[in-house]
Amino acid sequence: MPRPEAAIAVLAALLLAGCTTDRPTATTQPAAPATSAQGSGTGTQSKFFVQADFDAQLAMRSQTPQGPAAKPWEQAIDPKMIDTAQYKKDGPYHLCFSNAAVNNPWRQVGWKTMQAEVALHEEIGEFTALDAEGKDDKQISDIAELQAKGCDALIVSPNTTATLTPAVTAACAKVPVIVFDRGVETDCPVTFIKPIGGYAFGADAAEFLTEKVPAGGKVLALRILPGVDVLETRWSAAKVVFDRSRLQVVGVEFTDGDAAKTKSIVSDYIQRHGTIDGVWMDAGATAVAAIEAFEDAGLPVPPINGEDQQDFLQKWKDAGLTAVAPTYPTYQWRTPIIAALKILKGEEVPERWNLPQPKVTGDNLADYLQPDMPPLHYALCGCEDLPGFPETWGGKKG
Amino acid sequence: MRRALPILAVLVALLTAIALVNPHFLEPAGFLAFLKRAAPLVILAAGQYFVIVSGEFDLSVGSLVTAEVVIAARLIDGDESATWPVLVLLIVIGLLVGLVNGVATTKLRVPSFIVTLGMLLILSGAVFLWTGGAPRGALSEGFRVFGRGGLGPVPWSVLILVALGAAAIRLMRADFGKTLMAAGDNERAAALSGVRVDRVKIFAFMLSGLAAAVAAILLGGFAGVSAQVGQGLEFSAITAVVLGGVALGGGRGSVPAAMAGAVTLEALFTLLNLYGISGALEFTVQGVIIIAAVAAGAIRLPWKPTPRRGDAHAAS
Repeated sequence: MPRPEAAIAVLAALLLAGCTTDRPTATTQPAAPATSAQGSGTGTQSKFFVQADFDAQLAMRSQTPQGPAAKPWEQAIDPKMIDTAQYKKDGPYHLCFSNAAVNNPWRQVGWKTMQAEVALHEEIGEFTALDAEGKDDKQISDIAELQAKGCDALIVSPNTTATLTPAVTAACAKVPVIVFDRGVETDCPVTFIKPIGGYAFGADAAEFLTEKVPAGGKVLALRILPGVDVLETRWSAAKVVFDRSRLQVVGVEFTDGDAAKTKSIVSDYIQRHGTIDGVWMDAGATAVAAIEAFEDAGLPVPPINGEDQQDFLQKWKDAGLTAVAPTYPTYQWRTPIIAALKILKGEEVPERWNLPQPKVTGDNLADYLQPDMPPLHYALCGCEDLPGFPETWGGKKG
Repeated sequence: MRRALPILAVLVALLTAIALVNPHFLEPAGFLAFLKRAAPLVILAAGQYFVIVSGEFDLSVGSLVTAEVVIAARLIDGDESATWPVLVLLIVIGLLVGLVNGVATTKLRVPSFIVTLGMLLILSGAVFLWTGGAPRGALSEGFRVFGRGGLGPVPWSVLILVALGAAAIRLMRADFGKTLMAAGDNERAAALSGVRVDRVKIFAFMLSGLAAAVAAILLGGFAGVSAQVGQGLEFSAITAVVLGGVALGGGRGSVPAAMAGAVTLEALFTLLNLYGISGALEFTVQGVIIIAAVAAGAIRLPWKPTPRRGDAHAAS
């Protein structure tokens, strides 16, 4: 039985959201058809949801970025340029990088891309990178260690937001700092580089489903795990979109990013509901497993979203899916190197460097599908013009 | 079979609970889908049973599964003609890893806990180094059919499970099973009565490696390439065996009970999932089961004196 405070919290959330969900947590809906008359089944809103950020990100999607169109990693949306003359010095430069981890394909592709970008610039005399292996404490000592190495600029990709803030603040006093991917809770870095963000990702996918799935259709939402800000924003944006739609979210499930588990969950839902009319995912790594669950059940694959990984794009083309792939582009790993050099040369950079965040659609699928690249390669690496492509990224020469 | 009764009661209770939430579960298609999903863990549990009953542990099976899937994808790379040679290679690798584990444990006298923990680290490190964190290549359709397809309505993985389960039961009834049990119960007594303890233990490790290879073929077939495919499977397999009433330290327990333990564990995960409890809790549940099952095994109820069955074998 729900505890009284939970019931009060739910009641408050219902009043605020103006919806009539019947469960405090976003989990499985009972199989009983009685729920179909109620709200959209998305549960309560995430505590990570910030309305202003959501509105800002959704607006950014339609803004034209400034900079060279062929090089999205140099583009910025609505930039507020800041002066960096105080950091100007002569080369060659020693750049340092504190990396959160290289423990997933996304970071692997990004890290290779960043190294290739470094190799492009002769004015970089030395590049020192430390891998924190996904541990906050290691990254804190990494950042301290790098400050003792005489870096001219420090690039940080924080492992977590709050815990790394003091370490970054301390580094700001000694050296120009560039933060990218996840942020920190301080304005002291010279620039913060990121794609538009998680709200745009989640909304892109959810809006596609509301367009393609008939009213009243059953949507299954698959999430990796709860409590991670970059993933919570994706889901919370999707929730807002679904709550405004006439779709019925029959389940919100956690897959742990595991393909076998994803396939099992989708198979269970197909069995329980007869069919599922749309699948929303907060990350594309297990999209192919979800698709196979429909294939193995002998059912047509409903509208679904994935990400820009090659295995999904290949499946999309081969099976002629109705699909969309919002992205969190790996080309953002090139930008911090470019930004560091601009800062050390005293050139202006945007204070918040918002990179464009394109989505792969049925119309531009052919541009992003690269059959010679490995299945877990991310198409938006922006690495095609870099030396060593495609072999360094695991691809074959076409 | 009498010893398998408590676990069967738990299993029936869990299956009933699942069926109450999801009536489709007890239909043939629903139940076969469940068995298909459980098959890799059940096979791993059978392999782990041989090692545990001989008084040892095999912690390397999870990373062995991952390594096998990653190797298969890289070598096959979508090429159908490579399917069968690679399948044979995977079995050989599984047996070889088991052989190394067994020889290091028995001949070098390193505790199996350390040997297989080392093997876990070696394999996962090697996989990471070789793939750079992102596996390459793809499995062929011919490879995937074992985990995905079926003979009519019956999935191949269920047929493979039945065949291997029957083979495991026969093996335990043969001389090998008796000597293995004796070696696990009292190694010295077994050695004195003429059992080649080292040889049966090495064979047990090789069976566990073989089980890991088959589980890898089924898991890779079911859901495709992933560098996380084997994560935590060693603990699931050990939990399943312990849940089936097999004594850690060796000498007691039956292979059907260990396999029933694996089905029960999978049913428990299914039930947790149906109630929307996050996957992160699976580890917690496994931890509680391991401690509770071992504690329950250590408590002797005064009105029910349980003779140590293994003694009979050791004395024979």
